[in-house]
Amino acid sequence: MASAERVVTRKRVGLRLTMAKRKAIEGYIYISPWILGFTIFTLGPMLVSLYLGLTDFKIVTAPRFIGLANYKELVRDPLFWKSLQNTLYYAAIFVPSNILGSLGCALLLNRKIIGRAFFRSVYFMPSVTPLVAAAVLWMWILNPQVGLLNYLLSFVGISPGPGWLGTTTWSKPALIIISLWGAVGGGTMLIFLAGLQGVPRELLEAAEIDGAGSWPKFWRVTLPLLSPTLFFNTVLGLIGAFQQFTLAYVATSGAGQTRPAGGPLYSTMFYVLNLYQHAFDYWEMGYASALAWVFFLIVLALTYAQLRFARRWVFYEASSGSGKW
Amino acid sequence: MVANSTRQESVKPTRSGAWFRLQRLAGHSGVYLILGFLVLIFGVPFLWTVLTSLKTTAEIFVYPPKFMPDVPQWSNYIEIWSRAPLATFFLNSVVVAVLGMLGQLVSASLVAYGFSRFRFPGRDILFIVMLSTLMLPTQVTIIPTFLLFKFLGFLDTLKPLIVPSYFGGGAFAIFLFRQFFLTIPTEFDEAAEIDGANSLWIFTRILVPLAKPVLITMAIFSFLGNWNDYFNPLIYLNSPEHYTLAIGLTYYQRVLTAGGHAIEHLMMAAAMVMTLPSLLVFLVLQNYYTEGIAMSGLKG
Repeated sequence: MASAERVVTRKRVGLRLTMAKRKAIEGYIYISPWILGFTIFTLGPMLVSLYLGLTDFKIVTAPRFIGLANYKELVRDPLFWKSLQNTLYYAAIFVPSNILGSLGCALLLNRKIIGRAFFRSVYFMPSVTPLVAAAVLWMWILNPQVGLLNYLLSFVGISPGPGWLGTTTWSKPALIIISLWGAVGGGTMLIFLAGLQGVPRELLEAAEIDGAGSWPKFWRVTLPLLSPTLFFNTVLGLIGAFQQFTLAYVATSGAGQTRPAGGPLYSTMFYVLNLYQHAFDYWEMGYASALAWVFFLIVLALTYAQLRFARRWVFYEASSGSGKW
Repeated sequence: MVANSTRQESVKPTRSGAWFRLQRLAGHSGVYLILGFLVLIFGVPFLWTVLTSLKTTAEIFVYPPKFMPDVPQWSNYIEIWSRAPLATFFLNSVVVAVLGMLGQLVSASLVAYGFSRFRFPGRDILFIVMLSTLMLPTQVTIIPTFLLFKFLGFLDTLKPLIVPSYFGGGAFAIFLFRQFFLTIPTEFDEAAEIDGANSLWIFTRILVPLAKPVLITMAIFSFLGNWNDYFNPLIYLNSPEHYTLAIGLTYYQRVLTAGGHAIEHLMMAAAMVMTLPSLLVFLVLQNYYTEGIAMSGLKG
């Protein structure tokens, strides 16, 4: 009797195991497109570029191993440092301005206002505009002689207005203005808006009963609850800012045709633009691969630093606790 | 004052009604003033582009600038198609956007199905690896990928812009689909399984129909991403007959400038032609789109 029971249980376990195994195999089959894609388009290229970075490879001849020569050259190259400096300048102004602007817009839209959907749509429109179209459009607005912006500036006594994209002083601020136009009302704002809507009303009301004004209420209740969202936006915003290419390439480099790449005196030579030029204008694939790896390490280090620093200021509710970050 | 919320009303009974109403009115009009000012900042560049695109050559370089063209030159929108193969660029962009979108939807939803409904060794680690690729800049892998497509003979075709979409569809899409599938109770699957349905049937007949909102969200993301992309077409395409609109636009600028005439009105018209599909897709389907973005931020 007892043994018969055991047989049945074992049979069932056996059946369940094969079932689980079958399920596992099916699972692998379903995720296989990603596994293939990851291997072919991410992991493979990462390893290959690590190797190519150690070679002299100008595409027409086979790669020749040269050790760390590319990296040594890179450290000596003033343009590498210039591009890094420009990128940091751009990111250091763009990211905080974008975060503040987006948060401000989100706070405005989070109020009880008439025509909220309308405002949201208009604010969002620039961010779905193709970057290249935005560049073309703003090149015209920023035209020093007949552009709309300098015309408007003349009303507040600024005349003649800045030379914008054509000058070393104003080319980077001009690109930041274009980027902000295309970003402030976009995804970042929407993510903040969703975050704001997740702030429990009871908490705000409790703070009010305790006599908190609107500013302490925002500072002590809303902002801590919003900090994970703030963190998410900062991390992704910084990674995005470091990849600045299209605007600089189209608006200040004349799409590689009509003006020198990197704008006036390399004032808009950003990291990725420098990488692009070495890889696809000079076909220095070895050197460009070294640039790509250094870029990867910089982005990785920045992201890691933010993750470490986040522990000090990002607040997670105990209940929903986990969070990916 | 602007930041004063209307909710404070109930807890500050000491203030007189009239004073309060006045204050609220001031606060409100202040808010609407800022909202309206922002509408100008975000909207005027579009308006200016459209107005410029309807001007004559003589009108564009007038200073001080004229806002309205004397007679709107709608013919500019006809002329642009004959000055460069704009129709070809447009068609190429459509092909890339549609085929790319298809690949991304199919492969990302399948992969997300695998991650959300099956247990297998290493699943959670693979999922974390997958998510971390979200933070990997494309430029890091671009050179070997370029060499691979060169080896395959894909250079100067639309294939490099389409094919990668069929391999997983990207971390963001997979993540979005998975989050959605996790909200669907497994009881549905189990019931179908007992009736003898296989997993593919469950996926296509139960999960996909339920996932319609997220499919639409992802379709918009994918369309906009492909339509607006400049970097990849720039690297892979050489001959104008294969150009997408993004690089077609800068090519267009070169062709037009070569004539030595003022071409800003035509450039603006071409830029509008490129922007319009993006704006339309967004405006028509914006609720799906904004929900998708909100979801990525909250659960990310």
